[in-house]
Amino acid sequence: MIEVKGLKKSFGDTEVLKGIDVNFHPGKTNLIIGRSGSGKTVFLKSVLGLHDINEGSIKYDGRDVGALSKDERKLLRQEIGMVFQGGALFDSQTVLENVMFPLNFFADMSESEKRDRANFCLSRVRLDSAHDRFPAEISGGMQKRVAIARAIAMNPKYLFCDEPNSGLDPETAIIIDNLIQEITQEFNMTTVINTHDMNSVLEIGDHIILLKEGYRAWEGNKNEILESDDPAVLDFVFRSELFKKVRSALKKD
Amino acid sequence: MIYRFFNGIGQYALLMWRVFRKPESWRESWKSFWREVDLLGIDSLWIVSIISLFMGAVVTIQTALNLDDPFIPDYYIAIAVRESIILEFSPTMVSLILAGKVGSNIASTIGTMRTTEQIDALEVMGINSANYLILPKVSASVFFNPMLLVVSVGLGLLGGYLAGNWTGLVIFSDFILGLQMGWNPFYITYAIIKMIMFAFLIASISAYFGYTVKGGAVEVGRASTTAVVNSSLAIIVFNYIITDILLN
Repeated sequence: MIEVKGLKKSFGDTEVLKGIDVNFHPGKTNLIIGRSGSGKTVFLKSVLGLHDINEGSIKYDGRDVGALSKDERKLLRQEIGMVFQGGALFDSQTVLENVMFPLNFFADMSESEKRDRANFCLSRVRLDSAHDRFPAEISGGMQKRVAIARAIAMNPKYLFCDEPNSGLDPETAIIIDNLIQEITQEFNMTTVINTHDMNSVLEIGDHIILLKEGYRAWEGNKNEILESDDPAVLDFVFRSELFKKVRSALKKD
Repeated sequence: MIYRFFNGIGQYALLMWRVFRKPESWRESWKSFWREVDLLGIDSLWIVSIISLFMGAVVTIQTALNLDDPFIPDYYIAIAVRESIILEFSPTMVSLILAGKVGSNIASTIGTMRTTEQIDALEVMGINSANYLILPKVSASVFFNPMLLVVSVGLGLLGGYLAGNWTGLVIFSDFILGLQMGWNPFYITYAIIKMIMFAFLIASISAYFGYTVKGGAVEVGRASTTAVVNSSLAIIVFNYIITDILLN
């Protein structure tokens, strides 16, 4: 479990996160939603340790990140997988090399074992035919799948995804969402996803946190969000005509 | 302006502190080192060769025309060409060219990795990104640039000989005699020390500007230009400092 308490983060005089408390549970897809500029990415990067926080604490299964030594932090990072918004694949390496990359650094395996593990991860994300291609030679959806394969290569306990289906067509976006949910349940990972895709929210939102202006404005799951009369939820989730109709249809049922 | 300058120096020093740490994986760093030798060193051979050949030819012709006096023997031309090429043209000129070619490559490569979150990806994996990305580039440049110097000096002298011969300004025997006269082997040490220092400055300064990029494609382009300008300035300043220390 990841426990975040009183998280505050500022850039200069601008306070982006104004004290956020939230727990992320294993085996569940935890979604952070909110408008652009609501602090989602800063929150995710702060929890990951890519930003130094100003106040608060972050605990990974009881381990307080702020109290860890440099070596302990390094070990913790090996338990974390991350899928970046643009994939962040290494351009100069093939798909297979990208997935093998963390294994080359940290896994005590022979070359063939690393290759087998990378092949397994690629087949797990249903990508069996692009091993020798470079990231620039594959589609955006395939790049996201490679990024997921690389993120799970070290068999992480925690998986973070920043806008995993941004820039993808609705069909591919659903495939990616379902893939992340399957992997989360299969490996009992604590998964945290940053998104503003409402399809994802209703599809895989086991635990949803709505951020607004640096605060946690609402917390619940995909069923509760449909029932919620919270003004922050109504304002953000049910702003579009389509979702208003979905909500009223579900309420009638 | 002064604050920005010293702030930049401080950030550069902190980055170098992260660069010169024990690598996470010696095997991966070794692989990266040879990749960089190929990319930054061997790929620069052709431009260094062409520039050195023509530089030697031009220096010979200009020196010959300036020393056109019956009381000055022709082999003095070769002495002047040798000293100019070894002491100044090969180490400094070639380094300035490399600051353009290699410096912009390093800054734009690392800058693009920063803007596309590849550096964040390395950090999340628990890899010291500064060490993994910059150390192989710095060490490959420091290792290979002295070899480029040797090539440059050799081809510069060859260019000088060919130009002197074709134009009839210096005959072969005078040129060879001049190359051997009053030879001071320390000059080669001096040139190599300069080349190593300049290689370090080019790679580290360019990497710094790439690594600290914030923004998108425009900022990467700007960082690349800034890297070349600052590397060149650093070469000019350190050229004076090293010369003052070693030859004065």
